[in-house]
Amino acid sequence: MAAMTPTPAPTASDAADTAPGSGAAPAGATARTRAPRRRPRPRVWRGAVLLLAGAYFLVPLLASFVFTVHVPGQGIDFEAYTELLAADGFTESMLLSLGLAAATIATSLLLAVPALVAVRLGSPRLRPVVEVMCMLPLVVPPIALVTGITTVLRWGPEHLSRTPLYQTFLAVQDERFPVVLVLAYTVLALPFVYRSLDAGLRAVDVPTLVEAARSCGASWPYVVLRVLLPNLRASLAGAAFLTLALVLGEFTIASLLGFRPFAVWIVTISGAHARMSVAVSILSLLITWLLLLLLSRAGTNPATVSSAPRTSPTSRKES
Amino acid sequence: MSTTLPAAGKSERSADPAPGARVEFRGLRRAFGSTVALDGLDLTIEPGELVALLGPSGCGKTTALRVVAGFEQPDSGEVLVDGQDITRVPANRRDAGMVFQSYSLFPNLSARDNVAFGLRVRKVGSAERRERAAELLDLVGLPDHGDRYPHQMSGGQQQRVALARALALRPRVLLLDEPLSALDAKVRANLRDEIRRLQLSLGITTVFVTHDQEEALSMADRVAVLNAGRLEQCAAPAELYERPATPFVAEFVGTMNRLPGRLTDSGQVEVAGARLPVDGPVPTATREVEVLVRPENVTATADPQGTATVVSASFFGAVTRLHLDLPGGTSVKADLPSRDAGELAPGARAAVGLAERPVLVVARSA
Repeated sequence: MAAMTPTPAPTASDAADTAPGSGAAPAGATARTRAPRRRPRPRVWRGAVLLLAGAYFLVPLLASFVFTVHVPGQGIDFEAYTELLAADGFTESMLLSLGLAAATIATSLLLAVPALVAVRLGSPRLRPVVEVMCMLPLVVPPIALVTGITTVLRWGPEHLSRTPLYQTFLAVQDERFPVVLVLAYTVLALPFVYRSLDAGLRAVDVPTLVEAARSCGASWPYVVLRVLLPNLRASLAGAAFLTLALVLGEFTIASLLGFRPFAVWIVTISGAHARMSVAVSILSLLITWLLLLLLSRAGTNPATVSSAPRTSPTSRKES
Repeated sequence: MSTTLPAAGKSERSADPAPGARVEFRGLRRAFGSTVALDGLDLTIEPGELVALLGPSGCGKTTALRVVAGFEQPDSGEVLVDGQDITRVPANRRDAGMVFQSYSLFPNLSARDNVAFGLRVRKVGSAERRERAAELLDLVGLPDHGDRYPHQMSGGQQQRVALARALALRPRVLLLDEPLSALDAKVRANLRDEIRRLQLSLGITTVFVTHDQEEALSMADRVAVLNAGRLEQCAAPAELYERPATPFVAEFVGTMNRLPGRLTDSGQVEVAGARLPVDGPVPTATREVEVLVRPENVTATADPQGTATVVSASFFGAVTRLHLDLPGGTSVKADLPSRDAGELAPGARAAVGLAERPVLVVARSA
C-alpha cells in the first residue's frame, strides 16, 4: 500500500501546523506582499455618502434640539428640560415602558431560543414553517392585532366572569403593568427576534457543539446554559436590542388599548407642552441609544477581544 | 511530550491508567427512512485495541460510531461495553470521549477551559481543573496554548485540544470521527502518529472512523471494512490487504486489476497466459471470470517481442506505476521498483507476467 502512494516525508512536528498570528506566514503571503500595490480608490464618494446620510439623520435632531432650547425673543432657555423630570406621568410612563421592554425581551427569548434550538437539532425540515410563522407579524398591521385583542378582551367578562380565570383575565389588563401589552409586543417582536437568533444559530455549528458537550458529560440544561447561550451572546443581544427599540417606541397598540407607556405619554403632553414633548423625544432617543449601547457591549464576546495574538489575514493558515 | 495521563477527579477512578473497555456491536440495525445505514452489524473490539471503521460514503461507519457515542439509537441490536448493555444509556452518561471531524471546540472558551469542560461538569475543583488541563495540554504538545481561543489556533492545534478534552475524563472508549480529514497532509501525518502514540501509551480502546484507507491501514490494529451497513471483513491491515475476504474489500483497499480469465477443471484460473490458484469463493454459474490482481503482483519487463504496450508511467519515488495495454483491449497496472522501470517508457513493448499467488475471482459481467 505504502509503495503505491508515497507519503510525504515526516517533518518537524509543527512545521505546517501554524497557528494564526504566530508569525509564520505561508509562501503565498510573501508573494502577496511583493505584488505591486494597487492604488487606493478615491474616498470622495464614501465621504459624500456618509455626509449625506449623517445630515439626513442629524439635521432633524439638531432642529428639534434648537426648537426645545430657543425661545423666540428670549434666547436660549433649558426650561423644557428642567421641567421634564417634574412633569406629571414622566417617571411612571418611562418606568412602565422599561418594565414592558424587559418583560417582552424575557418572554420572546424564552419562547424563541428553545424553539429554534429544538428545530435546528431535531427537525431542520421544519425551519421554513417556523420562519413563516415568526415572520407573520410583519404582514399583519398592528391595528388588526389590536382589533383582535380588543375582541378577546370584550369577550372575556361575558364568558369568564364566573370562572377562576376571571381574576387572571383582569390581572393581565392591570394598567400598572399590563401583561396584555407584553403578550402583544412579544408577537410584534417575534420577526426581529427570529432573524437575530437564526443568524446566530447559523453561525454556530449547534449540533456538533451539543454533541461535544454531551460527550463531555453535560446534561441538556447545562448544554443550553453553558454552551449554546454563551455562543449566541451576540444574537441574543441583537434580539434584545431590537425588542427594546420596538417596545420603547410602540404607540398604536398601547394607545388603542388605553394604556399609557412612554410613547403614549409623549403624544398626550404634546398638545399642551409642545416644546417639552420634543425635549422628551430627544431624551428618549438618548436613553434608547444608551440602552442599546449597553446591550451591544453585553453582546460582545470576550473571546474575540482577548489580548492573545490576533489573526492576521496574511498569516492565517488553514491546517 | 509526556505521556502520563493526569489523575482522575474526586469522583473518578484511581490514578492508574484507565484500562480500555471491550466494545461489542451486536446485530445493530439502523435505517433512515428507506436508507439502511446499519444492516445487522456485528463487531467486537478488544480492550486497548484501535479499530478503524473504513468504507465508502454511506456505508454506515459514522452511524456505528454515533450509536456507541449515544447520539443515534439503533432500530434493533445492542452495544455492549465490558458486557454491559449501554444501548439506551444517554450520551452524557457513557464513558466515551469523542473527537469530531469539524473543529468542535467551544468558541467562547479558551483551550484550557475547553479541556477542563468535562471536569467542570463533574464539579472538579478549579485548582485541580487547571492543573489537569495543563497536563493534558502538555500531553498533546500544546503546553503554551492554554489561554488561546479556538479562533486563534490552527486546525491541527484545535484538534489536539479536542483530543485533550476527550481524554480529560479518562474515558474507557475513545471515538474518533474522521478527526484528520479537515487537516492538510503534513499536519494530518503528524497528528496521526501522535494519536496512535497516545492511544498505545494510554491503552484506551479506540474506534476510528475514516474513509482514508492509508490512515486506517497505518494506524489501526484492525480495520473493519463496511459496505452498505454490513461488515465485509475485520482484520489486521496486512491481512486485509494480502488476503481480502471479499471482492469488495479487495477492490476497496488498495488498487486492483481486473483481468479476464477462465476457470479450469483443476480449480485454477487461466489468466494472461498463466495458471494461478484461486482463493475465496468460486462462481458456479460460469467459467468466464474476472481475476483480481494487485499491481505489485504484475511483472513487466522490456521486450521488443512483448505483447503489451506501455501507455504511461507514474513515478512515486521508490515505485513506478506502469499502465499497460494488453492484446484484446485489456488494461493493466503494474508497480515496479523505479530502478527497474527505466526502460519502460510510454510506447515501449513489454512482456507481462503474474506472480504465482492465489487470486480472487468474480463472475465476469456481461
